[in-house]
Amino acid sequence: MTARWTKGQMAARVARDIPDGAVVNLGIGMPTLVANHLGAEREVILHSENGVLGMGPAPPAGQEDYDLINAGKGPVTLRPGGAFFHHADSFAMMRGGHLDICVLGAFQVAANGDLANWSTGALDAIPAVGGAMDLAIGAKRTFVMMEHTTKTGEARLVERCSYPLTGLGCVARVYTDIAVVDVTPSGLVLAEAAPGWDLAAVQALTGARLMACPSR
Amino acid sequence: MIDKIVASCEVAVADVPDGATVMIGGFGTAGLPNELTEALIAQGAEGLTIVNNNAGNGDAGLAALIAAGRVRKIICSFPRQVDSHHFDREYRAGRLELELVPQGNLAERIRAAGAGIGGFFTPTGYGTELAKGKETREIDGRMYVFETPIHADYALIKAERGDRWGNLTYRMTARNFGPVMAMAAKVTIATVHEVVPLGALDPEAIVTPGIFVQHVVPIARSATGAGGIRP
Repeated sequence: MTARWTKGQMAARVARDIPDGAVVNLGIGMPTLVANHLGAEREVILHSENGVLGMGPAPPAGQEDYDLINAGKGPVTLRPGGAFFHHADSFAMMRGGHLDICVLGAFQVAANGDLANWSTGALDAIPAVGGAMDLAIGAKRTFVMMEHTTKTGEARLVERCSYPLTGLGCVARVYTDIAVVDVTPSGLVLAEAAPGWDLAAVQALTGARLMACPSR
Repeated sequence: MIDKIVASCEVAVADVPDGATVMIGGFGTAGLPNELTEALIAQGAEGLTIVNNNAGNGDAGLAALIAAGRVRKIICSFPRQVDSHHFDREYRAGRLELELVPQGNLAERIRAAGAGIGGFFTPTGYGTELAKGKETREIDGRMYVFETPIHADYALIKAERGDRWGNLTYRMTARNFGPVMAMAAKVTIATVHEVVPLGALDPEAIVTPGIFVQHVVPIARSATGAGGIRP
C-alpha cells in the first residue's frame, strides 16, 4: 500500500533538514508552509528578498500593515532582532552566498541540478521572473519542493529540463510527495521514500535514472 | 540656505520631459509613491521609460500611468500579477515594450548606475533566456553574465521622514528600491509623511543621505493598501 505525503508532511520533512541558526529564504507557494514546521526549539532566521531578515508569521486579522510584507506581497510580522534593508543589500545576501538555505517550488529539476521554475515557455504568456533566478543560485544550498509528477502524470524530475531554465546545476535536494532525492555529481540519489514506495516504484515516476542511497 | 522641501507633488514633477526615464520605487504596494505618480499623470509627460519592480497594481499609481498611455517601455522583474490588468492589456496589444530583468540584477544595475560602475559580472541568470546575447565570463571557475547600469532622469520614491537637506528614513519593507533609485537618478523626488528639523534625524540611522535627493514633498499619511495578492 503506497501513500503520498501531503503538502504539510512535505513541509515538515523539509523543516527537519533546516538546522538551528540557519538563515533561510522560503520561496512563494508551497515552500512558505515550511515556516509552520520550524518549531520553537530552533532559532531560524527567515529572509524575504523584498528586504527583511527575521520575518515572523502573518499578523492576526485586522492588524495587517502593508508596509510590512513578504516577497509574495502578503502581510507578515517582524521578530525581535529582525532588520530591514534595501533591495541591493537583500540580493547581495543571496548572491554573496550569505543565505544558508533557499527552498523553492519548481516545474522541473534535472539530474544535473538544473532548475526550471519561472516560465512554462508558453508563447502567449506574459513573462515574469522576480527573484527566482537570484534565489536559485544565491544560497549555500537550494532545496526544491514539488509534486513528483504533473497533473497529467509526467515526471518533473527529468534528464534535461524542457521548460526555460532558472539556474544551472543549482539544486541540492528535492522533496516531492513520494520521495526525497539528492542531486549528486553522479546523478539523482533516492534519499528517502514515502511509506510503501521503493526504488523501483519511485523510478517508474522519475524521468532520469535514480540510484539507491549507498547507506541504505 | 539649502531647502529641498517642495510644497506639492505637482510642483516637484513639473519639469519631467516627454521621453524621460523615470524610476518608481516600491515592491508590491509598499513604498509606491502613488501621489507622485498621480501628479505625473496630471503633468502629462509621455513616451516614458519606467523602471519599477512590478508593472502596476489595480487602477492607481503606475497602473493608471500605463492606462493613460504615457509609458513606452517598462524595465521590471515581475509584471504579471493578479491585478496587473492595465499592463497586461497594453503589453498584449503591443503598445508597451518590456525589458524583463531578474530582481537582484535590477537592483544591482540601479545601484551600479548610482555608484558610477560601468557594469558588473553576475552569476544570476547565467545560461538562461534572460542572459541571451550578453557577454559572459568565467571567473575563478564560475560563470557570470555582464550587466550594465540603469540610469534615470528622475526617481520617484516614498520615504517616511525627511529634512530640508534631503536626508531620508523609510518605513519597514517600504524601503525596498528607494535608496538605490535615489542614487541612480539625476533628480530624485521623495515623498515623506513627516518633515523634521535639520538635526532631528539620528545621523546613525539616516538611510539615504541628502546628497542623493533633490526634492522632498510632505504628504498626508494614508494606510498602504494590499496589492498584488488575491483578496
